[in-house]
Amino acid sequence: MDLTTLIFKTVFLIIILLVTLVVAMYSTYGERKVAAFMQDRRGPNRAGLFGLLQPLADGVKMFMKEEIIPLTANKKLFIIGPSIAMTTALLTGVVIPWGGTLTLGGHEFSLQIADLNIGILYVFAMVSIGVYGIMIGGWASNNKYALLGAIRAASQMISYELAMGMSIIALVLTTGSLSLHDIVAQQHGMHWNIFYQPLGFLIFLTCAFAETNRAPFDLPECETELIGGYHTEYSSMKLGFYLFAEYINMFISSAVIATLYFGGYNMPFIDELGFSANTVTLLGTAFFFLKIFSMIFLFMWIRWTLPRFRYDQLMNMGWKGLIPLGMFNIVATGIYYFFTELK
Amino acid sequence: MQSLTNRSVVASDKKMTILEWIYIPAIIKGMSITIRHFFRKKVTISYPEQKREFSKVYRGQHVLKRDDQGRERCTACGLCAVACPAEAITMVAAERKPGEEHLYREEKYAAIYEINMLRCIYCGDCEDACPKEAIFLTDRIVASQYERKPFIYGKDILVEPMDLRIDISARQTEAVHKFKSEKRFAHNK
Repeated sequence: MDLTTLIFKTVFLIIILLVTLVVAMYSTYGERKVAAFMQDRRGPNRAGLFGLLQPLADGVKMFMKEEIIPLTANKKLFIIGPSIAMTTALLTGVVIPWGGTLTLGGHEFSLQIADLNIGILYVFAMVSIGVYGIMIGGWASNNKYALLGAIRAASQMISYELAMGMSIIALVLTTGSLSLHDIVAQQHGMHWNIFYQPLGFLIFLTCAFAETNRAPFDLPECETELIGGYHTEYSSMKLGFYLFAEYINMFISSAVIATLYFGGYNMPFIDELGFSANTVTLLGTAFFFLKIFSMIFLFMWIRWTLPRFRYDQLMNMGWKGLIPLGMFNIVATGIYYFFTELK
Repeated sequence: MQSLTNRSVVASDKKMTILEWIYIPAIIKGMSITIRHFFRKKVTISYPEQKREFSKVYRGQHVLKRDDQGRERCTACGLCAVACPAEAITMVAAERKPGEEHLYREEKYAAIYEINMLRCIYCGDCEDACPKEAIFLTDRIVASQYERKPFIYGKDILVEPMDLRIDISARQTEAVHKFKSEKRFAHNK
């Protein structure tokens, strides 16, 4: 890796980090607006134009709040919990291809920080470590509500990871690669994977909701039964980290869904328009973000439509519904490719 | 039993059909409802900029009226305090000195008249009880405060200023006029 590439990667890394944080920040605003609109209200509209400064005000409030660590809590783990949640949430963005290649001054730069050949597995690994953030936080609080929330979170995430993995196996069968870069490259034009894997997409989407702890699968938080679940004892910015990590996770899973099933930065009819390579790349990135924001809207739309699942319903659906469906999907995809490849 | 809204659904625990079991049709139905609400006109009234029209007989902040010559009508009889179910009203009476005839309508007046706005339930019984047409509830809203103390309104807030008379004519409904036309209340004119 030469110096220019190194500098470009560093700058790009910082940009992606900032974009992730800003998008997560404004997701909180978006969430409140969407919720308000769906309930015939207006939502935050006092801080700045249309309430656009509301996330900043919330951030300042979070920092100003009194920081409480319960006497009976395990202090080290209490601090490590939110740190893990935040770190793993931010790390996932590394493997996502945010765009094609830019040509600047004779150099070609790929708009992806690291093109791992096992990109999907890396995402899975990070999501799995994310469970530790919640588990450790719930355990360290030394509070029964927090522990219950943490146990629920762990069992839910582990159960739904299986079904998610199954939907991914079927996807890998069609694409033949684990690298996110290759998967996007194969979906050029309108060859989006959702048309080849509609069932897999549904399973993946459902699991994505469960993995990010969003309604209707927000049992770990469960405001009504568990007083906030795993973050009951948290206050100030440590609570902020947990809440923020959730929004970052939502952004990243929207990006992953857009990458895997909606062709990433690919636009339909882009070849016919005859733009220069750099314009195509930038347009593609813009289009990718459009897809991500639509996915985020879908996340919010679902949250403010559906009530929460009961715990046994959740487990039933995960183990008796999604996993058999995922297996069926793998077998069906396998049989299809077995016979088409033979010809 | 007859239902109140005719919208009640009889609950049953029959086995779900396959369409119900896969949730998706129901989810799409629910989502179509929320998205329709998303674009619906909002019913919110942005309060300080935009005020809602009150009923003519809205019961808000009290006013202690003056008569046509600007004299305080209240004679500190204490009937409002007796009538008050929340015990929000207190007063101290005083005798009018010679030379104060332009300030007070009768020989006795309220030196201190206080309403605790946190106790008040805005029932309007004080207005009903007043024989001198001195106290009325108006369509003004009691402002919020950070402390409890400022909610105890004294005469400085309650008595209407000479140059800023509070119009309560909208409250004088047909029934009130009929009541006042009786001969035995003529002394209040």
